[in-house]
Amino acid sequence: MKNDRRHFLKAAGVATIGLAATATAAEAGIADSALELVFGPKGAAPYADAKTATRWGMVVDTRKLNAESMEKLIEACNHAHNIPKLPLRKPHDKFNKDEIKWIWEEEFENAFPGQMNEKLPPKITQNEVLVLCNQCASPACVRVCPTKATFQRADGIVMMDFHRCIGCRFCMAACPYGSRSFNFKDPRKDGAIAETNPEFPTRMKGVVEKCNFCAERLAKGLDPACVEACEHGEMVFGDLNDPESEINKVLRNNYTIQRKPEAGTKPQVYYIV
Amino acid sequence: MYDSGKIITGLVIFVALFASPFILNVGGVAPAAPQPSLDTPAIKDMETPVCVRDNMQQNHMQVLDLWRDSVVRKANRTAPGINGQLYEMSLSNTCMDCHSNKAEFCDRCHTYAAVDPYCWDCHVEPPKEGTES
Repeated sequence: MKNDRRHFLKAAGVATIGLAATATAAEAGIADSALELVFGPKGAAPYADAKTATRWGMVVDTRKLNAESMEKLIEACNHAHNIPKLPLRKPHDKFNKDEIKWIWEEEFENAFPGQMNEKLPPKITQNEVLVLCNQCASPACVRVCPTKATFQRADGIVMMDFHRCIGCRFCMAACPYGSRSFNFKDPRKDGAIAETNPEFPTRMKGVVEKCNFCAERLAKGLDPACVEACEHGEMVFGDLNDPESEINKVLRNNYTIQRKPEAGTKPQVYYIV
Repeated sequence: MYDSGKIITGLVIFVALFASPFILNVGGVAPAAPQPSLDTPAIKDMETPVCVRDNMQQNHMQVLDLWRDSVVRKANRTAPGINGQLYEMSLSNTCMDCHSNKAEFCDRCHTYAAVDPYCWDCHVEPPKEGTES
């Protein structure tokens, strides 16, 4: 009997505390807040017309590109992402150490060192190639990032969370393609950003940045800025896992190469040369 | 006590200096905590001014944190507001659409509370009224 009373009192005490706690929590909306902490904002969802895929990829048709059209595509990207144009540090520098680039022109032998041989036709090797982040399926930058600021999304896009980047530049050392740029200077200073696009943030001094396949535009149902600026289908963007997609048709009908496939990062940007 | 004159004088000066903020403010009133200004064209045009969520003044830091993770990490960019309408979870493009007065809406309290959030190092603040069309 004594034992039973002890149990009853215990259970009654616990029940009272539980009830009080539940009531307080409900009052303060703690349950809601806790759920949001775990699952994100209530009812959060992508835009209804967002472009989705299981493996985004791109084909760049270098035959259709020339210096002028490449400049235009690069300009479209620079404007969309508030990419600064910083001057050379010293007037006679060979390279711009402060350059920020998401999509840029690269000499053939630097873009495709493995494919280079001196007997290649000059019309291929003389022209510069339009290069960008390869959005690798097995990205070296993601593996080395100590803060998970760089991560791979389910649709294959290798994204950067600028909030988390601590500027250690491990990713820049890891990337075999030089696709990443470091903000050595505050990009907002000295009018380096000609015209700010209010839809997209700038960066601050001390973070790394790179092409994000225009994730923010895909989310709103738009094509990437560079693809949108193409007039003759110089770049084809689409779902590599969808056999009916335009990009797969282009890949089936053309011989394509990748940048440094020997690095083992499985690049997802293909080139027709 | 040796040197009592010097020591006591020193002590009196020390106590006076140390207590001077309290002594000078005796009878004074602390300045009232500033309130963010809701006086913007977008808010004036609304029939029933409601924010995207409740209790933003208390919770906006946590809310912005949640939004950031949801948008950047999970690509979930919209969420229903308290009136059921879908909003983009964006500081520059949703909050500042209505609260276009950063100086009176954000900075006023942040300065008072001596906090220095670094949102605007990257996010683009709305153009100041009058400076741009």
